Amino acid sequence: MTVQDIVEKLGLKVCSGANGLNREIEGGYTSDLLSDVMGNADENHIWVTLQTHKNIMAIASLKELAAIVLVKGYEPEEDAAEQSNEEGIPILSSEEEAFELTGKLFEIINQAK
Amino acid sequence: MEFKFGIEGGNFSKAGSASSEVKKILKQLNVNPKIIKRTVVSLYEAEVNVVAHAFEGNMNVEIDPEKIVVKIEDKGPGIPDINQAMQEGYSTATPQVREMGFGAGMGLPNIKRNSDQMNISSTVDVGTQVEIINYLS
Repeated sequence: MTVQDIVEKLGLKVCSGANGLNREIEGGYTSDLLSDVMGNADENHIWVTLQTHKNIMAIASLKELAAIVLVKGYEPEEDAAEQSNEEGIPILSSEEEAFELTGKLFEIINQAK
Repeated sequence: MEFKFGIEGGNFSKAGSASSEVKKILKQLNVNPKIIKRTVVSLYEAEVNVVAHAFEGNMNVEIDPEKIVVKIEDKGPGIPDINQAMQEGYSTATPQVREMGFGAGMGLPNIKRNSDQMNISSTVDVGTQVEIINYLS
């Protein structure tokens, strides 16, 4: 299951980091607390959050996450999008809220296993 | 081997950059990925603490065949009660910092969980020193 597959299945917008759409997704984590993500997300996870500032990219890069999905149509701040392009870790955007989106991601990723 | 990186207090756009440099070095040295992961979590939390609370600081890294020793020292307000600061959920972060998703009171506990040894000392109105040791085998 790649980031591109998820983008197509859920009709997500690719805000930045399109060069990383072939990254493999092995699981996910949903949280808006950065230390929570730092402590509990894992490599190749897709991260669902409403945070849009550059520090989400610091976390994604250090944890080697597959991608970030912003909820409720949020868009990344400019410097976050820049780092996403540089590192090839996509930032995606969904019109849905975290609950609905996480439920769908969980189902898709689990079916693929 | 020794390395030193500066940390700017208050500059959130650079938070994580020192930890990222250390991660690159550990990867180049072919350190076990599990140990890299734990070390990176603990260093990031310590670095963010300097950014969120102190005026300035630095991260000193010493790597030998047995262990990674990182000392994060800052000039800042210090911690009056370290036991209290170590409690999960306790934070003195400002509302602005919390809105960004920091300041959940999980930083120091995360460091403790992701290090083999953690030593912390602090002097109020002077600064704080955190030492993180992870063994390589």
